Amino acid sequence: MKILVCISHVPDTTSKINFTDNNSKFDTNGVQFIIGPYDDYALARAVELKETSGATITVLNVGQADTEPTIRKALAIGADDAIRVNAEPTDSFFVASQIAAQAKEGGYDLILMGRESIDYNSGAVHGIVGEMLGMPSISPVMKLDIEGNTAKLAREIEGGKEYLEVNLPFVAGCQEPIAEWKIPNMRGIMSARTKPLKVVEAVSTDSGVKLQQFELPPAKGAVKMIAADNVQELVALLKNEAKVL
Amino acid sequence: MNILVFVESAEGKIKKTSLEAVAFAHAMGGNVTAIAIGQTEQAELENLGKYGAKKVLHAADEKLNQGVIQAYAAVLAKAFQDEQADVLVLADSSLGTPVSARVAAKLDASLASNVVQLPDTSSGFVVKRSIYTGKAFANVSLTKPKKVIGIKKNAAELKEVGSPASVTAFQASLSDADFSTKITSSEKATGEVLLPEANIVVSGGRGMKGPEHWGAIEELAKTLGAATGCSKPVSDMGWRPHHEHVGQTGVKVAPQLYIAIGISGAIQHLAGVNSSKCIVVVNKDPEAPFFKAADYGIVGDAFDILPKLNDAIKAAK
Ligand SMILES: Cc1cc2nc3c(=O)[nH]c(=O)nc-3n(C[C@@H](O)[C@H](O)[C@H](O)COP(=O)(O)OP(=O)(O)OC[C@H]3O[C@@H](n4cnc5c(N)ncnc54)[C@H](O)[C@@H]3O)c2cc1C
Ligand SMILES: Cc1cc2nc3c(=O)[nH]c(=O)nc-3n(C[C@H](O)[C@H](O)[C@H](O)COP(=O)(O)OP(=O)(O)OC[C@H]3O[C@@H](n4cnc5c(N)ncnc54)[C@H](O)[C@@H]3O)c2cc1C
Repeated sequence: MKILVCISHVPDTTSKINFTDNNSKFDTNGVQFIIGPYDDYALARAVELKETSGATITVLNVGQADTEPTIRKALAIGADDAIRVNAEPTDSFFVASQIAAQAKEGGYDLILMGRESIDYNSGAVHGIVGEMLGMPSISPVMKLDIEGNTAKLAREIEGGKEYLEVNLPFVAGCQEPIAEWKIPNMRGIMSARTKPLKVVEAVSTDSGVKLQQFELPPAKGAVKMIAADNVQELVALLKNEAKVL
Repeated sequence: MNILVFVESAEGKIKKTSLEAVAFAHAMGGNVTAIAIGQTEQAELENLGKYGAKKVLHAADEKLNQGVIQAYAAVLAKAFQDEQADVLVLADSSLGTPVSARVAAKLDASLASNVVQLPDTSSGFVVKRSIYTGKAFANVSLTKPKKVIGIKKNAAELKEVGSPASVTAFQASLSDADFSTKITSSEKATGEVLLPEANIVVSGGRGMKGPEHWGAIEELAKTLGAATGCSKPVSDMGWRPHHEHVGQTGVKVAPQLYIAIGISGAIQHLAGVNSSKCIVVVNKDPEAPFFKAADYGIVGDAFDILPKLNDAIKAAK
């Protein structure tokens, strides 16, 4: 089985978000970049499938050269080779077009992604790729098992989950608890250095979204502390001041 | 402008977030057609007129009673074309969002999800969307003639503006390929307030010490008509079901009131609650980071505060 895992290169979840150049650019100053946490779940599940049934895993990132440490980390976790589409990932359609182009060439049985990126949170790339390739797309997937040509999945729905069956190939957007995040071990880190990482140029697309300006939410006011023996006051404030009861 | 709105229903009733999508479309100004897919009560469909739908379509094919992503996308793309729509509006959800991506790809439309307010059409079509998991916003211009937008909870105010609409059956031309994903079964909490839709959320963290203590959280939630939530470790340890997990990697809530009990307030948890109107934090540690993100705070023991708070709210009703 050939698995393609698409990973985004995103600011660590603890990052403070700031913008520069008149709110037109993301400020990368002091920001650590990581594999998107959801994409990390997808990768972890791919590695488990490889361990149990002998798959090969290709990781794919659409990004500029600065994403390579993130790609190497995915190789250290257990992917066999990598593709970097050398371009700034400007929007979901652009990213999806690149993934679809590579997927057509690679002929993968399974395309795993995160349910959403944690920078733009669109939750769209898997659906667009599915449409472009004429494959089913399922998200958010919290359980994925494969028997022969068929997959059994659980998808999260509001207030519960639903169980599905689908034949390979298909695209899935993953989330917990599909697998546990994997931490690369020393052997993985050493071998990652020499695993193949192919850099390819982007296919052209016409983008339908154009960034105008970023904005930060207004600063939060100070917290009002209430004594533990005076919950009545809290209730009164919620009713009369915050007007939420 | 012709606007098509996809409304989702659960157990035959239209979801509140979908009513907001209709209200949003109405407030955009234009000709609003709503479409419901799968089993939905007739009165619920007609009721969409009250929120601004001029026309209501219903794709009632039995096969559509389950939310199959591809099939729903096919129905919506056809309706978009039949109605000569310019914009598709829907409420972001675990079904709506993945469906919207496929529809946008089918129609070659500009796509934006997590939209938080009405588009600015003074020059072009600019939407404000939440990014970085609620930590920032981006104003983006949607440049293609066709547009698909997913809205976040509270993006529009729900108010009645019209009278019930008439309902027309919508004939979708579906192929077997649209149903290549089979939904075999589902599990769903019934009768509970759903977390993503809730106006009030009572959420517990590791400070609650164990699942056996959740009675007090549920009790307070019942008094308030609230949904229950939890932090990630709580669902990781299986104290609570996964769909209650709030935060960066879980549900992003946007209630009027979020009450956090025994949750430290890690940045990843805050990412899921930063759209709440008002936040109350109860924690025994005065240094807990959550207090910095709160509107009201109580330093105290959860097991002492919870019953007192429950009584005080009951008394104030
Ligand atoms: C310098 C810069 C400028 C940007 N400007 C814009 C902009 O103007 N407008 C805009 O919409 N976005 C912009 N982005 C963010 C953008 O590129 C997103 O990362 C991209 O749109 C995908 O995010 P999404 O939310 O659409 O992905 P989702 O649909 O939420 O992602 C789903 C899954 O797709 C996969 N995926 C996502 N991105 C990639 C990737 N790059 N490579 C491989 N797999 C991936 C992951 O598995 C992810 O979990 C910018 C990013 C950078 C770094
Ligand atoms: C990539 C990534 C994604 C993540 N995503 C999420 C996410 O989506 N959601 C999420 O919640 N976390 C997430 N986390 C985990 C997050 O970093 C924290 O570990 C987690 O939120 C802590 O949960 P907690 O507050 O319940 O537990 P703790 O941090 O252990 O806090 C327990 C709190 O309870 C208080 N307490 C103890 N006893 C009592 C008592 N008797 N009465 C009152 N208070 C008491 C303590 O003072 C403490 O503040 C993520 C982490 C990573 C790395």
